[in-house]
Amino acid sequence: MRNLGWLRLPLIVTLVFLYVPIVVLVIMSFNASKLPFVWGGFSLEWYGALFQNADIREGLTNTLLVAFGATFFATILGTLTAIGIARYFRSSLLEAFSLAPAILPDIVLGIGLLVFYTLVGIGLGLHSVLLAHVVFGMAFVAAVVTARLSQTDPSLEEASRDLGASAIVTFFRITLPSLAPAIIAGALLVFTLSLDEFVIAFFTDGPSTPTLPIVIYSMVRFGVTPDINALATLLMVVSFTVVIAAQRITKLTDAV
Amino acid sequence: MTTQANDQLIRIDAVSRAFGEVVALDSVSIDIRENEFFALLGPSGCGKTTLLRVLAGFEEPDSGSVSLEGHDLLALPPHRRPINLMFQSYALFPHMSVEKNIAYGLEREGLSRTDVRTRVNEVLETVGLVDKARNRPAQLSGGQRQRVALARAIVKRPRLLLLDEPLSALDRKVRAEMQLELKRLQHEVGITFVVVTHDQEEAMSMADRIAVMADGRVQQIASPVDLYQRPANLFVADFIGTSNRFTGTASPEGVVVPGLGLLPGTPPADGAVGTVHLIVRPEDIRLVESDAWTISGTVLDTQFFGGSSTFAVEVPGLEHPVVLTCHGLPAARRGDAVRLAWDPAAAIVLAS
Repeated sequence: MRNLGWLRLPLIVTLVFLYVPIVVLVIMSFNASKLPFVWGGFSLEWYGALFQNADIREGLTNTLLVAFGATFFATILGTLTAIGIARYFRSSLLEAFSLAPAILPDIVLGIGLLVFYTLVGIGLGLHSVLLAHVVFGMAFVAAVVTARLSQTDPSLEEASRDLGASAIVTFFRITLPSLAPAIIAGALLVFTLSLDEFVIAFFTDGPSTPTLPIVIYSMVRFGVTPDINALATLLMVVSFTVVIAAQRITKLTDAV
Repeated sequence: MTTQANDQLIRIDAVSRAFGEVVALDSVSIDIRENEFFALLGPSGCGKTTLLRVLAGFEEPDSGSVSLEGHDLLALPPHRRPINLMFQSYALFPHMSVEKNIAYGLEREGLSRTDVRTRVNEVLETVGLVDKARNRPAQLSGGQRQRVALARAIVKRPRLLLLDEPLSALDRKVRAEMQLELKRLQHEVGITFVVVTHDQEEAMSMADRIAVMADGRVQQIASPVDLYQRPANLFVADFIGTSNRFTGTASPEGVVVPGLGLLPGTPPADGAVGTVHLIVRPEDIRLVESDAWTISGTVLDTQFFGGSSTFAVEVPGLEHPVVLTCHGLPAARRGDAVRLAWDPAAAIVLAS
């Protein structure tokens, strides 16, 4: 590496601030001692405690339900939105509206949805969180798929028609496969975003069905306990795995 | 060529298409014959690509009709037309191997697996890509991709194959090879080809007949030789090859140019009056010692191309130098006073 002199300093500071807290958190999750910053030896005790905690188990179930559900619906709707705008209604206004939920502050979306649900009489619960996550998830999928669409050759679909394929066959054999990397990447993105989404869930969730981030929040109000460290470590592993998987899939299908 | 009326494959009749204010096709009528290599030639924006898309079914004309062997073609959606298009970008499906790309169209016809395989292998052999069957398009060179695109289109055995600027994405050397290759293939598979191009050399070297288009109108439909020797108007004369133009007043023996007198030429059959142009090709002009008539000038520049040489001769009274070509080494040098003449039969008079 070239000697960058003092320019290395901001890089090192940035990396320290980014990763030291995470490293500390991971180390502490394996700490046998209950006290923070006192090393009592290696232990998996907190991971065990985690799975015996009914609140966390329930939160995890709720979160997974929402994350899988939101991923499923947001991927389908987002993909169709992107294709619809690119192919049928070329409107920059519509495009801006469809992408807005990804850019809007979470708190605005959260409060807005809460007001809307009350207005139309939708009760709060997992379904309302799911709906909210579909709203912003769709925008992310649409953004990723739109980017891919702008790179694909529009004559691919015409070529398929020309070779004797109907519009429907063309959609399933040509349009979808050529968008597959973007669709998969979008789906994984929605999954990871939904998994740890707090602000919107906080506003749109009912009291009896807390998602995992809400459970964690209510636990840390009484101080960070070692089992929270263990939970955070697990969440991080899941997110990293999903993101790395997304990148691999995108690269694999792009390469050949 | 012995082509009769019953050889006719496609009849394009008074087809017009406008995009807002822009008229892409203005009452275009063209007949394309069976087994012909036909070229639509013109500068960009002349409407040739729109016409191609009308034939393929991706564009509907505002008015006019297109029929294939007497049947209305416009009533059929693109996937039901016995016509295939080779796209300018080739449009190979990136997620499929070469053989899957080629098999795609046959599978749509509902052919059995063994039939599909046989025909794919046949066509792979024709285009010389048997060893690339399992490769993805991204792993191929430009020339190979073009062959795949061609194979994918001809494997369907269409009545008509449309080629949109087929050689524009290739570099010079490969292009010359593919020109010959396309012509060979056309003879071999016996499919009518319609190629769209802006490159007059490409059209001249490959096509049996060419339709020159400009501003949405057909300027002339003729064989390459006829286009070159008997251009129908000034646009065609300028667009095809190089020509010298002398502007003057019509006379029965040629054109009277102020300061130069009568320049001999062949007036059009229907006669010409008023201001007309005399068109003479560079290779029809000779350097002469003395003759019944000559025009005199001074050699401005010479260029030697190995097999031939080109002169630019400045003639007093003319705005542009006269360009002529002769075989072998240049017969005069810069600054020499020369006399020029041509055979009146080789000079054409065109109206303004």
